[in-house]
Amino acid sequence: MLRGRRRMECTLDAQSLISISLRKIHSSRTQRGGIKLHKNLLVSYVLRNARQLYLSERYAELYRRQQHYPDGGPLLAMPACPPPAAAPPELAALPLPADTQDREARSCAAARGGAELLEVPVCAAPPELQRAPCRDSSPGFYRAAGSAGPGGGGGGSSSSAPPGLLYAAGCDFGSGGAPHCSSRTTVLDLDTHVVTTVENGYLHQDCCSQCPCCCQPAPGLASPPPTPGTKRKYYPGQEEEEEGVEEGEPGGGGVAGGPPFAPCTKRARFEEYSAEHPQDSSNISNLISIFGSGFTGLVSRQQADSEQPLNGQLCSKQALASLGAWTRAIVAF
Amino acid sequence: FLGAGGGNDIQWCFSQVKGAVDDDVAEADIISTVEFNHSGELLATGDKGGRVVIFQQEQENKTQSHSRGEYNVYSTFQSHEPEFDYLKSLEIEEKINKIRWLPQKNAAQFLLSTNDKTIKLWKISERDKRPEGYNLKEEDGRYRDPTTVTTLRVPVFRPMDLMVEASPRRIFANAHTYHINSISINSDYETYLSADDLRINLWHLEITDRSFNIVDIKPANMEELTEVITAAEFHPNSCNTFVYSSSKGTIRLCDMRASALCDRHSKLFEEPEDPSNRSFFSEIISSISDVKFSHSGRYMMTRDYLSVKIWDLNMENRPVETYQVHEYLRSKLCSLYENDCIFDKFECCWNGSDRQVEIFSIIVMTGSYNNFFRMFDRNTKRDITLEASRENNKPRTVLKPRKVCASGKRKKDEISVDSLDFNKKILHTAWHPKENIIAVATTNNLYIFQDKMN
Repeated sequence: MLRGRRRMECTLDAQSLISISLRKIHSSRTQRGGIKLHKNLLVSYVLRNARQLYLSERYAELYRRQQHYPDGGPLLAMPACPPPAAAPPELAALPLPADTQDREARSCAAARGGAELLEVPVCAAPPELQRAPCRDSSPGFYRAAGSAGPGGGGGGSSSSAPPGLLYAAGCDFGSGGAPHCSSRTTVLDLDTHVVTTVENGYLHQDCCSQCPCCCQPAPGLASPPPTPGTKRKYYPGQEEEEEGVEEGEPGGGGVAGGPPFAPCTKRARFEEYSAEHPQDSSNISNLISIFGSGFTGLVSRQQADSEQPLNGQLCSKQALASLGAWTRAIVAF
Repeated sequence: FLGAGGGNDIQWCFSQVKGAVDDDVAEADIISTVEFNHSGELLATGDKGGRVVIFQQEQENKTQSHSRGEYNVYSTFQSHEPEFDYLKSLEIEEKINKIRWLPQKNAAQFLLSTNDKTIKLWKISERDKRPEGYNLKEEDGRYRDPTTVTTLRVPVFRPMDLMVEASPRRIFANAHTYHINSISINSDYETYLSADDLRINLWHLEITDRSFNIVDIKPANMEELTEVITAAEFHPNSCNTFVYSSSKGTIRLCDMRASALCDRHSKLFEEPEDPSNRSFFSEIISSISDVKFSHSGRYMMTRDYLSVKIWDLNMENRPVETYQVHEYLRSKLCSLYENDCIFDKFECCWNGSDRQVEIFSIIVMTGSYNNFFRMFDRNTKRDITLEASRENNKPRTVLKPRKVCASGKRKKDEISVDSLDFNKKILHTAWHPKENIIAVATTNNLYIFQDKMN
């Protein structure tokens, strides 16, 4: 608590806001009088806002790095994407300054629902990227480097946007039939034809930690966001750490049946994060068990324990599409 | 600012302060609600320890015409105790969230007090006589030996020292899953509503074993929850009308004649958000913490974190007036979020009804930090900031207006934003229904101010 007359410092760092917010939610569970629904709801809005800003900053950073490293990597297959789901109104992202164009792109991305939420801030990043996600999802492969192929031409409507980036959903459908969410977003630079995979890891892990189709061994240890100043490279082949994390090879399609996430890799990242935020690490695994069940986990501690059967359900596209954005924000880690 | 002299400007003077002097505040003593009764003779406070303290105004002394009667403790009782919900492993706080007085019908006074889960109807009655001279009993109650009874004696009432007794007459329990934030007595004086985060229930004052649910905003899937109910109040004149405010900054007016479940509002009051003010905390600061009808019922006032808004019930798309309480905090929202101050729920109140009608002065009051409180005059559009403090407050001393320096060069007597004490907050204020007497609650003290009578 602010003591008396201490000078007020203001940190607008999205990441620390996220961390503060999670701490508030966690500590509210032990406060007298039970969980305050109103306060937790408001905190979740801050989480959502901070997360959106954080992700948009990351993608902007990614784009900048793409400019510096034009050498590409192997192409990754683009799995089929679900048809646009009803856009939850909460997905209207925090508008970044001055860009009304961004809104349309955002709502376009929002319309894809579910796991494509990663695209939301992406649209809000450089204006050149706007048009990309608005194309209809269609199965197919986008081949790099060269002429032929649907991707080479620029993927339809996006071709007119150099330097454009094509973002595609990372929602894999396992061959087993039950769709589950993927945490990856694959980016194709239509200009340089570089394909990049951005691993987020958290959404997938959170909802698939108990999902049999995902073969995910690690219990919801989230991939934390990189702390500022940490060098993280996102493109395949460039970083040892990343390779083990990528799911499947190009053309591998769904995760089901593919190689699981290498847990040691996740742990390596986790340790890196926890070294910087030691007090958060002990809370995070508790928080994941809460948040894996969405908001109901906040309301009732007992429910969090009986959450396992629900996680498979959470992985379904419909459930994801109906999750409020603030719930997604809580699932940030 | 108010008090500049002339006309109907009020000059506020310190009158009394109640509560412990020391800076170390016991948590149980934190005042959580303040309410005058309908005549203004009684002033009730509730605290975090579950106690209710009622002050009574002395009868005006004809010889001391320079001041109105002082308020002295009339009754103190434990309204709510901490409870434990074993099913959910949750402790239920005894903190009194709201007190509402019933209009007086007989010699006794009645009030409703509520904590997070249970509403209680209390009867406060005076006893100043007791029967003496029983024929068959001794004074201590023992029966006399019948053989010693030789005459017939009729007991008579004799005066005794005044005793004020509070007894719970009704307990309205087990109707709320979430935390009760409001109670409001209907103008029919037979029913009242209680509101929690997601539901509003209608009760009859005589019936405790059932209530009607009249609003339910709980979504089928809790993960779709986007807003909660933050306050609710019955219209002062129309017994079928009530409003409730939400955490999204909207107010819904409902008519109970329309349907049994008033999930569909009759009116929705909402002001579009100013996109230039958008921040991480926009949702938090737009959450309404209090809603109060004007005495006429034509207007209502809402309080959100930074402002007070006056709404005309006939106009839904924007308020008729907006008053900035402490706009200088807008740039400090991040720190206020960190220290939880951004979640403080400030209340607001209108000045007394008689004043509004007779002198056509309409003033609204609300609290702020550093033990400041603010008043806005709707007619003159002037505002004033005053401080509730034991320093420099002698009885009948006119309060000096305060000013916060938001930026730039601080003038003499101004206080800079960074010097404000955010632990000293005034969340609860009340205005006497007829006189210019106000009760202002700091963390654990109750201040009473009056206007200077000439």
